[in-house]
Amino acid sequence: MMKKVTLTLACLMFASLVSAAGGAYIGEPANTNIKSQSSLQKGAKTYMNYCLGCHSMEFQRYNRVAEDLGLTEDEMMESLVLTDAKFADKMTHTMTREQGEQWFGKAPPDLTVIAKARGVDWLYNYMINFYVDSSRPSGWNNLTFPNASMPHVLWELQGIRKANFETHTDDQGEDHKEFVGFETIEEGQLNEEEYKDMVRDLVNFLDYSAEPAQLIRMSYAPWVLLFVAVFTFLAYLLKVNYFRDVH
Amino acid sequence: MTDNVNKSRRNLLMGTSAVGVIGAGFAAVPFIKSWLPSERAKAAGSPVKTDISKIEPGQMINVLWRGQPVFIVNRTEKQTAVLDSLDDRLKDPNDETSIQPDFIDSKFRAKRQNLLVVIGICTHLGCSPKYYPDLVPQSFDSEWQGGFYCPCHNSRFDISGRVYKGSPASRNLDIPPYTFLDENIIEIGTDGGTA
Amino acid sequence: MGKIASSRTKSRNSLMDWFNQRLPVTQFYKDHLSEYYAPKNFNFWYFFGSLALLVLVNQILTGIWLTMHYKPDADQAFGMVEYIMRDVPWGWLIRYLHTTGASAFFIVIYLHMFRGLLYGSYKKPRELIWVFGMIIYLALMAEAFMGYVLPWGNMSYWGAKVITQLFAAVPWVGDALVEWVRGDYLISDATLNRFFALHVVALPLVILVLVVLHLAALHTVGSNNPEGVDIKKHKDENGVPKDGIPFHPYYTVKDIFGVGMFLLIFLFIVFVKPDMGGLFLEHDNYVPADPSSTPEHIKPVWYFTPFYAMLRAVPDMQMGALIMALAIVVLFFLPWLDRSPVKSIRYRRWPYKLMLSLFAISFVVLGWLGMQSGSVLQKLMAQILTGFYFFYFVWLFFYSRNEIYHEVPERIEK
Repeated sequence: MMKKVTLTLACLMFASLVSAAGGAYIGEPANTNIKSQSSLQKGAKTYMNYCLGCHSMEFQRYNRVAEDLGLTEDEMMESLVLTDAKFADKMTHTMTREQGEQWFGKAPPDLTVIAKARGVDWLYNYMINFYVDSSRPSGWNNLTFPNASMPHVLWELQGIRKANFETHTDDQGEDHKEFVGFETIEEGQLNEEEYKDMVRDLVNFLDYSAEPAQLIRMSYAPWVLLFVAVFTFLAYLLKVNYFRDVH
Repeated sequence: MTDNVNKSRRNLLMGTSAVGVIGAGFAAVPFIKSWLPSERAKAAGSPVKTDISKIEPGQMINVLWRGQPVFIVNRTEKQTAVLDSLDDRLKDPNDETSIQPDFIDSKFRAKRQNLLVVIGICTHLGCSPKYYPDLVPQSFDSEWQGGFYCPCHNSRFDISGRVYKGSPASRNLDIPPYTFLDENIIEIGTDGGTA
Repeated sequence: MGKIASSRTKSRNSLMDWFNQRLPVTQFYKDHLSEYYAPKNFNFWYFFGSLALLVLVNQILTGIWLTMHYKPDADQAFGMVEYIMRDVPWGWLIRYLHTTGASAFFIVIYLHMFRGLLYGSYKKPRELIWVFGMIIYLALMAEAFMGYVLPWGNMSYWGAKVITQLFAAVPWVGDALVEWVRGDYLISDATLNRFFALHVVALPLVILVLVVLHLAALHTVGSNNPEGVDIKKHKDENGVPKDGIPFHPYYTVKDIFGVGMFLLIFLFIVFVKPDMGGLFLEHDNYVPADPSSTPEHIKPVWYFTPFYAMLRAVPDMQMGALIMALAIVVLFFLPWLDRSPVKSIRYRRWPYKLMLSLFAISFVVLGWLGMQSGSVLQKLMAQILTGFYFFYFVWLFFYSRNEIYHEVPERIEK
């Protein structure tokens, strides 16, 4: 009886985890490593250079980033803070919502917690799956997020690619477009591996910024659990001792 | 129940309770520490930079640091000349009870002799004193030598922020930590030492 | 030494006397702890009552601390949560204790209720305990729903919209009622503000009073046990039940061990996996509330999904809301629907064991279905299981009348 319930519960948990991933095109996992400071530093640099102009991180402070990424105030201010912001300021930009709507059709969202909303795999695949599409206002389309309004900001690095689709007609006579592969039109400054590593670092930084406390949280976990385990063990012995009286 | 059982039970009770109390102590830490100033408060209370080149001799400017007024006075030599003669009239001419950085001397109470930087809050009950620069008799002091006067309860301070005898305030005006970044820029909130 | 000890005891006694003459503290301690006799055979299912109390204390404490840093303002609420997560020292831990506590509350309560079903704890003379418990469950659902709105994420927003829309199912006054609940023509700052007041003040007070009543009713008739036998039938010469042991120290010590086990799991989630893969903290709620963009799948948090699946299983909104309400209402009547004189499942025969298992499984599967997008097959499953949910009670009503059962022993065997 109990076993059945437990088993069903376990299936339920598993099924819900699987179903969360369905939908968008996820070709490969991001394989980020939140514990790698150098990856986070490189990701932060990419973010400041290419993303912050349009995407604010309005809940994140520069000084917190510096502290968590192992950077001094001078290093942070000189190489990463490109605006006239102060060290303790939040990572905002000057573009207003109205300007964003005017320029891109949709205001670029704040990205502080985007990794919580989308997950790292989605973000990673989104950033590597841009292709040219003249039917879109921005001239770009995306395999992971079809008809996204963001243009491919990193095209100079990745190069220009177009996507090839094959059309199948199913039993009901409906057409389905199936993605078969990318075709490079113009080489970028980085080769494929370098570009993917760069995106991986960027996504890693987004993952970090979605919850800066996760670094400290994970580091506390073993000690907290060990402590509670000791307490529980003692409480167990005590309980056994008392219940020797009960016949 | 034998004595043996009793003893091991007592030991276990002590052990479990001790670990439990330590655990409760750990659990209390986040709740207590969450009352400390947040990063937002710290950002708002971070050091303030000000240009002092525009302050005319004898003039005072008012700067907000951590939500409290900081008075910066460009004192003339005439104003500071009286400082030596006031010791008898002051409660604490030697800064024995003052709250101030280590680099402060007890006469000019400043890094640069002309430039006074004090927190503009009366050490009595927290009103903000007014600046009366002129060495002329005032209704509250017929021998006024220039300084600050708090209208709330008639506390009087000299041009170095030292409190006069007969004032309800007991302590000289507090001095915040500050540093000169260059000739014209002062940063209030950082202690740059005597350099 | 002996002299000092005795004088110390004496002064402590006189202090206690002073209190007892004014407030019967010692008597209260005896009645509810040291001389409250509970059956000696409680198993692990009996942890969940005290654990529910622990989680309640956790929610109140962390909740009070969260209100110190939060502002119920539609323009600021989303940012306030991130402020707590980043800028407030240790704010992240206090928030995760609260969010994980919310889910833990329902896990513990569902197991606590299932214990009642297993051992017939709702049966005479404990009907009132069950009814108070059900009201607590209802209040808890309202509490959890309003708390879920406060972070003002997009799922908060649309969840609030869908749930408040249910009031439209009330005949005649429905639409006016919806507007009244929201305080606006849409979910807005006004809604957020009143939900905040209800979540942090009104409902916690209601829940606390109900918990006191629940416990008072329990301590009046005494606890049931896995054997379902009445321990008060056999008392010794001092009037103490022969199969009873004082709650304190025996069950306080045992419950402390239960607390340790619970904390191991609870703190593992808090420190290692506070989102629970989107189950405890949903992905879509990390997008700020946006009245112009609906999340792809609107679904409530896991603890509401069984009822949400029932709501969706019925094509008509008004009927769906009615079915959902009935699913909860029917539980109130359980003490009178189950007419069997036997309490514990241990002495009931296979038809009851089978049906209760199916009932529990269907509830869990409904919960799973409530999280899915709702394909045709899933909808059909939800309809069948909803039907079974209600059929169970009808079946129970007729089956239990002339139930054939195993002989119930007089006393608890060791």
